[in-house]
Amino acid sequence: MSALEVTAVGLLATVQDRGRFGFLDQGVGASGFADRSSAALATRLVANAPDAALVEVLFGGLAVRARGAVEVAAAGAYCPITVTTASGRMHHAAMYELIELADGDELHLGAPTAGLRTYVAARGGVDVPQVLGSRSYDTLAAIGPAPLAVGDVLPVGAATAGDPVVDAVAPPWGVGEPPAGVVLDALLGPRDDWFTPDAVRALRTATFSVSPVSDRIGVRLEGAAPLERAITDELPSEPLALGSLQVPAGGHPIVFLADHPITGGYPVIAVLTAASIDRAAQLTPGQWVRFRVR
Amino acid sequence: MTQRFLRAGERDVLVEFPTLADAVAARAALEGSPIPGVTDAASGARTLMLHFDQKVTNRAAVEAAVAALEPGAGLGVREAPPIEIPVVYDGEDLDDTAALLGITPDELIAAHTGRTWVCAFGGFAPGFAYLVSDGASLDVPRLAAPRTRVPAGAVGLAGEFSGVYPRESPGGWRLIGRTELPMWDLARTPPAAVPVGAAVRFTRVNAAEVGR
Repeated sequence: MSALEVTAVGLLATVQDRGRFGFLDQGVGASGFADRSSAALATRLVANAPDAALVEVLFGGLAVRARGAVEVAAAGAYCPITVTTASGRMHHAAMYELIELADGDELHLGAPTAGLRTYVAARGGVDVPQVLGSRSYDTLAAIGPAPLAVGDVLPVGAATAGDPVVDAVAPPWGVGEPPAGVVLDALLGPRDDWFTPDAVRALRTATFSVSPVSDRIGVRLEGAAPLERAITDELPSEPLALGSLQVPAGGHPIVFLADHPITGGYPVIAVLTAASIDRAAQLTPGQWVRFRVR
Repeated sequence: MTQRFLRAGERDVLVEFPTLADAVAARAALEGSPIPGVTDAASGARTLMLHFDQKVTNRAAVEAAVAALEPGAGLGVREAPPIEIPVVYDGEDLDDTAALLGITPDELIAAHTGRTWVCAFGGFAPGFAYLVSDGASLDVPRLAAPRTRVPAGAVGLAGEFSGVYPRESPGGWRLIGRTELPMWDLARTPPAAVPVGAAVRFTRVNAAEVGR
């Protein structure tokens, strides 16, 4: 069986798959890929089944050495990639293409030029043991395979889902200068009526800034003015949908990502669309965000 | 039953009920007659969130199916015998909490052990069960300043709920006691000691019986 040995880790690298379902009642959320479309693209490039696990890398810095031949592909935040062979020769590789690693080859991801999270898939899938039916690490519940550390050896499973059909795809985003900001699509509700008309108007028109205090649980946004509540009662704890735009006491919204709490006691003014959740997972501190609200 | 349907994004319906008992009863009814295309459900204190697969169904169909549910009355306690949770009632907030309720600590313990609690929903942490009961109110506000560290096994009260902290964490519940019963164990199926709908009885034990 081939494997990937972890030789360097940046800020955070975790094993993720589609997520953990059916445990909400026991206090465990879905977790899984923060940017699902990028993860799905990396998965398809190496012809893995949609439920295969891969490595989600926060802001580059990951290096892995192949034990045996391993075919990999990276999608998501755009990183420079180098491959160093066992004999010490180095060459460049690219995002969004199949990379053939021979035994002893070391793959290294630099810091992304745009975006935050890069998905590195290996043909056959990262075959670590499942916890509650998933290989995802949930940072909130601390369940699943632990975040990667130098020296970890990730087994790569047998390829079962057919052969790769393309060698490379055009990068869907992230090439060139990162945008100063993004526009995210959101649907009003469930608790927009807990806010003043001015707050709902501000959500449609104001520009928010991405706070550095953001993670897989959520992206914190800072607006020029807090979003004011019309109803100031305490909201009985209610379930939260992925992509919820929750407004805590301070009035500055949080976009909830994959590891969000299952329930919350602050009102949710709007929920992002699936595509915008993926974009939100790639936001970097200092970018601006505006909302297109329906 | 009067329920309100709220939109929670493209793929979730939030159903709001007048009372917690209504929400629990609707959840129990849903267990008995699953809605086609609804792939996941989560409960809240007045709400139920249904996640649906857009390839199979749509919002209107899900809402119609919920409206057609016929929930039983009350908390719909399951037939299974209650899960027993042995508690040493020596919590830091026991005396203050009893005083807030205008009763003695012993009366609070008697009220806590003398009723059947039901898990209305889970959340906060793996294995954390929000327990509710039909008895006389034990409603108390949360602590004004949450503790940064609540030990695993701490038994608390907050609002209309009682609960047991599955692991060490921050928390704002009023602590009345502690238990040795592991609330969360990945080696167990299900890992949560108290799943949604399960009934619980707290029993009073002394510190010597639990060995500390």
